Amino acid sequence: METTELTLELPSDIRSIEQAVDYVMERCSACCRHGHRLHFNFRVGLTEALANAMLYGNGHDPHKRVRVEVRVAGEEITARVTDEGDGFDPSGVPDPTHPGNLLKPCGRGIYLMRSLMDEVEFNDRGNSVTLVLRLDEGGGEPLAGGASA
Amino acid sequence: MPFQVSKTGDVTVVDVDGQLIVGNRQELKQKVLEELEAGERKFLIDFSNTGYIDSSGLGVLVSLSKKIREKGGELRLAGLNEDLRTLFELTKLDTLFRIAESREEALQGL
Repeated sequence: METTELTLELPSDIRSIEQAVDYVMERCSACCRHGHRLHFNFRVGLTEALANAMLYGNGHDPHKRVRVEVRVAGEEITARVTDEGDGFDPSGVPDPTHPGNLLKPCGRGIYLMRSLMDEVEFNDRGNSVTLVLRLDEGGGEPLAGGASA
Repeated sequence: MPFQVSKTGDVTVVDVDGQLIVGNRQELKQKVLEELEAGERKFLIDFSNTGYIDSSGLGVLVSLSKKIREKGGELRLAGLNEDLRTLFELTKLDTLFRIAESREEALQGL
């Protein structure tokens, strides 16, 4: 089984997210099956993880960096996004789809990650999230992530 | 320019070209709020040429919808592709917004 690994170090600059995600997507597309789950589920998951790391993890601090480690093994993509912040408790994030939270402007990033990826796991400190997406599951359906919507 | 503002009758139409993401969401917010402050009350945001909206972009739409409603106005969305519709459905924001298939449909009755 062919394995590809990729590591990026990014400044906490939200303008760098789009370019970084495009680069990762390009590398992943070159080494695994092109599919909707790669181009939609994985793009959304990685984008949200990077935005959370820069905005909330590193608190916009341009001196703090975000590390992105991507591993493609067969039909499985794993991405670990780590910031230099103090971390947080992901279980404390309210459900943005609860009627009382629908009008809140924030809080949908982690929910989208959990909805669209097969696995989402935070480390104990809460400053690193690991996303896993299996490209061969769900028959290419975009909603076949690990969490219920 | 990712956000083009135009008028169709008394409706302010904003075309989003490319992406609505954390890096440009404030620009959209500023443009719409400027129109709202100028007295405009009917808004349509057309995503026919939009590839992606992230959670921050969704958040800005929620915020704008709230501000427009507070002024007695209305915001409609149109032209969402299948992926963008999925994001609205996952987050249940499809229950918050009036979403039309096309700009023409959205303009009817607005």
